[in-house]
Amino acid sequence: MNDTALYHVLSIKDLTVFRGAAKILDRVTLALAQGETLALVGESGAGKSTIATAIMRLLENARVTGSATLAGEGDLLTLSERKMVKLRGRRLAMIFQDAGTALNPSYTVGRQLSTTLQRIHGLSKSDARKQAIDLFTSVGINDPEGRMSAFPHQLSGGMQQRVMVAIALAGSPDLLLADEPTSALDVTIQAQIVRLILKLTRERGASCVFVLHDLALASQACDRIAVLYAGQVVESGPARDVLERHRHPYTKQLKSCVLEIGAKDLVAPEGTVPSHDQMPNGCRFCTRCPRAVARCADETPPLVPARPTATGPLDHHIACWNPE
Amino acid sequence: MLFKALGKIAQTCVVLFVVSVASFGLLKLAPGDPIQIMLGSEYSQESYDSLRSELGLDQPFLVQYADWAIQFVQGNWGTSYVARAEIFTYAFKEALPVTLTLASFSLVFAILVGVPLGVLSAIKKDTIFDAGSAVLALTGTAFPSFLLGILLIWFFAVKLQLFPVMGYVSPWENFWLGIYHMILPGLTLSTYFIAMITRLTRATLIEVLEQPYIAAARARGEPNWRVVWVHGVRNIAMPLVTILGLQLGVLLQGTVLTETVFNLPGVGQMLTSAVLGREYLVVQAGVMMTAVLFIGVNLLVDLSYPFLDPRLRTSK
Repeated sequence: MNDTALYHVLSIKDLTVFRGAAKILDRVTLALAQGETLALVGESGAGKSTIATAIMRLLENARVTGSATLAGEGDLLTLSERKMVKLRGRRLAMIFQDAGTALNPSYTVGRQLSTTLQRIHGLSKSDARKQAIDLFTSVGINDPEGRMSAFPHQLSGGMQQRVMVAIALAGSPDLLLADEPTSALDVTIQAQIVRLILKLTRERGASCVFVLHDLALASQACDRIAVLYAGQVVESGPARDVLERHRHPYTKQLKSCVLEIGAKDLVAPEGTVPSHDQMPNGCRFCTRCPRAVARCADETPPLVPARPTATGPLDHHIACWNPE
Repeated sequence: MLFKALGKIAQTCVVLFVVSVASFGLLKLAPGDPIQIMLGSEYSQESYDSLRSELGLDQPFLVQYADWAIQFVQGNWGTSYVARAEIFTYAFKEALPVTLTLASFSLVFAILVGVPLGVLSAIKKDTIFDAGSAVLALTGTAFPSFLLGILLIWFFAVKLQLFPVMGYVSPWENFWLGIYHMILPGLTLSTYFIAMITRLTRATLIEVLEQPYIAAARARGEPNWRVVWVHGVRNIAMPLVTILGLQLGVLLQGTVLTETVFNLPGVGQMLTSAVLGREYLVVQAGVMMTAVLFIGVNLLVDLSYPFLDPRLRTSK
């Protein structure tokens, strides 16, 4: 990867996560520039959320190796828990899949936001309240003052997720991890929330990792895309390149099953992701790959530039022995 | 809310009616003749009959019940032959406060010890500490309270002479002396509850700590103690209060043994001597007080749910 060209807020190197004997993430290497949005795309179980949770150091019952360096702080994976508590909410923030369960049912949403503001910025109760109302306004909650005293269950799913966004932004983090923030929402609300998160992170100059399973949405919303399959990055690069000039067979299948619904020759990936005890040693996609060759099953392909540097962008990479 | 509360109260009255009929009937079926006990071993048939009609025991069951019920709700609970006192004064004004003091002291003590122990076991899940607390809890549940009481008296009161052997001082009259007298009986009665609350707290908290809002609280940088005590423990209040309400029966049962061992003049002791002396009216009074207490507390538990869980509050 080209590390010198851009200032990287986050660079993940060889991030590997074991749960028992199963390797649920395999040498994931990614980098994220200041102000950039990166989409992690793939089927469920590909390890997208695991990456986000591992960076936050909120993974339980797992062994993590590799490194995830946050600019100015060092490797997040080896920092003390004390230091992590200080970083969470301030430099790193996370938005969860289902805001309905990620908000504490026993406290009003206003309280959950303003205690966060009080804690992070050392504000007084009344200042925190004022700032909470401002934040609620900026995430598009109507009647923000009235909503301060609402409990999570009294809000709609979209409103709940807006509250989560407000809480995540309370500490003005420079890295926001959004873990499928729209998968629990109605389709009409999904786009609103995605747009809201992108608008607010861009306004604040923050970088954002977006976990999505929709390649089309990812390509519209994000600067860069990393496609994951069974815990491995198979292709990563600028959104347009990955969507239109992809070279990995899995990216092609993922794209066709998203974009060509209704088309006659729908090519959904055949079969299922192998279970962890049957995972091939080499490329994990080889069991379902139409272009698999002999070495695919035994040797893991390295992440290499997708095209000769003269013709392609520097940061478009694939991991494939027999690319398209 | 008000409507719901009224409904609950009506329901309570029905339950109390059933309890009173059942206990009244059971006492009639129980072996032993109160008149024989009152008259002693030698009596004439005339005195037997006259006492029988004086007490109304020659009337049909339903008449007896109605007589008793009408008098009872008016506060005329009859006279105890053994205690030679108005049952209302004896049972309600003298015995009940003793039992209430013992029960509430034990419950508060059990919560103050059990909840923190349970929380620690939950956050130190699968460590030596957790295993140790599990063993203690099992011992606490299995250990017979009368034996524990006797052991405590032997060790702390007789050997070390730190605490009084027995007796009761009302904490309303002399607070610290009252508490001092409550420590050994309170400890005896609360052992089971400490164990139960510890296990219950542990189990429910472990479940709560797996909820996404706990991870979300950590993700916004809340320190561990806040995550556990503010976000975790707040959400185990409801199951805890529910179980405690239902276990109040066990607590009241426990007061009978504890009061006997420590010679506390409470409802338990009153019931024991009344059953042995076939004093139907005293037993009946004790049963009714216990039933009202049990149902009343569980009614309060029901009514407390909306305060414990905002999701149960009806929308404005």
